[in-house]
Amino acid sequence: MTRALGLVRTIALATALFGGAAQAQTIKIGVNEPLTGAFAASGTYVVNGAKIAADEINAKGGILGKKIELVIEDNKSNPTEAAAVAEKLITSDKVPVLMGAWGSSLTLAVMPKLIEYETAMVVETSSSGKITTTGNPFIFRISPPSAVEAAAFKGIVDKLALKKVDFLVINNDWGRGTAEDFSKMMKDKGISIGLVETMDQGAQDMSAQLSKIKSSDSETVIVTTAVDQLTLIFKQAAALGLKKRIITTGGSQNPDQIIAQAGAAANGTMHLTTFLPWFPDKTPNPEATNYFISEWKKRGFEFAGCTESFRGYDGIRTVAAAIEKAGKAEPAAIKAAFWDINIKGLNGDIVFRKSGPEGKESGQSQPNVYLIEINDGKVEMKTL
Amino acid sequence: MSEFLQHLVNMLVLGGTYALLGIGLTLIFGIMNVVNFTHGVLYTFGAYVMFIVVQQLGLNFFLALPVAVLAGWLLGAAIELTLLRPLRGSDIDTTMLVMIGAWIAMQSGTLWIWGGVAKSVTTPFPESPLVLGPVSVSWLRLFVLAAAALLIVVTYLLINKTSLGRAMRATFQDHDTASLMGVNVDMIYTSTFAIGSSLAAAAGALLGPVYVIFPQMGDLAAVKAFAIVILGGLGNITGAVIGGFILALAEELGAGYVSSGYRDAMGFLIIIAVLIFKPTGLFARAERVG
Repeated sequence: MTRALGLVRTIALATALFGGAAQAQTIKIGVNEPLTGAFAASGTYVVNGAKIAADEINAKGGILGKKIELVIEDNKSNPTEAAAVAEKLITSDKVPVLMGAWGSSLTLAVMPKLIEYETAMVVETSSSGKITTTGNPFIFRISPPSAVEAAAFKGIVDKLALKKVDFLVINNDWGRGTAEDFSKMMKDKGISIGLVETMDQGAQDMSAQLSKIKSSDSETVIVTTAVDQLTLIFKQAAALGLKKRIITTGGSQNPDQIIAQAGAAANGTMHLTTFLPWFPDKTPNPEATNYFISEWKKRGFEFAGCTESFRGYDGIRTVAAAIEKAGKAEPAAIKAAFWDINIKGLNGDIVFRKSGPEGKESGQSQPNVYLIEINDGKVEMKTL
Repeated sequence: MSEFLQHLVNMLVLGGTYALLGIGLTLIFGIMNVVNFTHGVLYTFGAYVMFIVVQQLGLNFFLALPVAVLAGWLLGAAIELTLLRPLRGSDIDTTMLVMIGAWIAMQSGTLWIWGGVAKSVTTPFPESPLVLGPVSVSWLRLFVLAAAALLIVVTYLLINKTSLGRAMRATFQDHDTASLMGVNVDMIYTSTFAIGSSLAAAAGALLGPVYVIFPQMGDLAAVKAFAIVILGGLGNITGAVIGGFILALAEELGAGYVSSGYRDAMGFLIIIAVLIFKPTGLFARAERVG
């Protein structure tokens, strides 16, 4: 009996050792994305993009002689879950670095956990200004905050001859932040701001808001939300006979999905995006863009997802570059190394600049922003 | 003024579908006394049946509607036979837990089969809306309103004018007496649940093409259905119809003139008011006590 127990103990010890050894063979990266709930489509695209980056890196031998392993968790489009998932990834999976969490409200919910566990996170999609201005030194954002989007848009407002605009935005940090930053920029330009309407992230019927906007005296509506709600808004606006110019922001429009699902209702709409998969040669890094798109197609994913998924791809490459620079997969070293990286992203160079209160700055890179227009079911580029 | 008229038209269109959701649930929750958490999933299921029949099989839109209703009927009957029948006579908490389990399992099932990306269904209706002066409304939504009205009338007649409806009401008033009078009680339980389920599926099949179809679409619909049933009084079909329109009116005017951020809260504020001042619902008949 004692011997049997001893044997069991030896096996347990051996398993633990081998297990430990096997674990050390890979470098884990935590991925915190919405795979169910209101943002399921977008989160899934980002994760698929992240997997392409991980496979590409591993095919070239990994980093620091080890393969990288994505530990993917679903935050259910819910801020409470996003924070819980971050905690689980850091404490239970022992990931030294994270990428996430798609939505601004989701990311903001995760941020206190990053300070608590001193672990850095690459923010790949969120655009609320608050993320990089509240003084969280563990945040490194590669997506444009809405103020950067607004600044990029500034150049074209004269060309579009905007006079008065209404807003229809998702009722969370992302939507309200966008309405704030764009209003500020437009007021400086002498454009008057009319209605600021909001909608819940799960709402399916926006007829009431659109009816109100229909009878206002503005000529343009700025709409900020994710692709599924945009599709509904275009359809419902068409049904109400709303004839105003619609411009969307936020970079989560997936124009091809809009064309497929909203049909003619999408014609004439304009979109501020952060990636140009339709015109790879016009992107800052055509070679990488072409590689990414061909890999995306090879895996049988819908082309529409490219405008989201590239962020997952860039995000993981950013994380990998920082780990390589750090020389070891430890949270503090990786965090410090983010400041020294310079990689070619699909949407411009990823170099972090300091943003937020002194002494506890977040990192923010400066990606490009483009304006596209849908005409006759096709995407056209507008020059900014 | 034109904005107000547009809000009223929106209310009519939205109210019709809320009414349809409400009557399906009032049959099950109000008459059978089963807290049916699968109502929202059946709504989602109806929408996905439309997606399969119209988009994947390429069949006619109008043919797909009865298919969805029938599929909802069959799924409802299956739920009653496998989950509710063995539990008959057990307390309401047990049934509720089982229904919550069924809800989660079925919702995860739709996510597993179709994924989280929203689907849409193409309809045979023109994309340009019907314009009447300052008001405009899509043809699809008018069709949905007409179809909902038809289903509501048919359900009302079924419950109030047919012998099946009489047997249903008798069974849930007094199960033993109905049984002694020769009513096949088992059959009545199954058909009531199946009819309620088919109405949920019909609502999903009608609204799926109006909106987009995704696994969690039924959650908000189910919450609203419960609100409508409570508003109208349990088991009261007319009450559920009126409750549906009241909820739609509150949402439209609330979003239009108060604050769009609180659109979905408006309906629930009304529910709270109703529960405080008239806890049995606006249109509940006086109940026999004891």
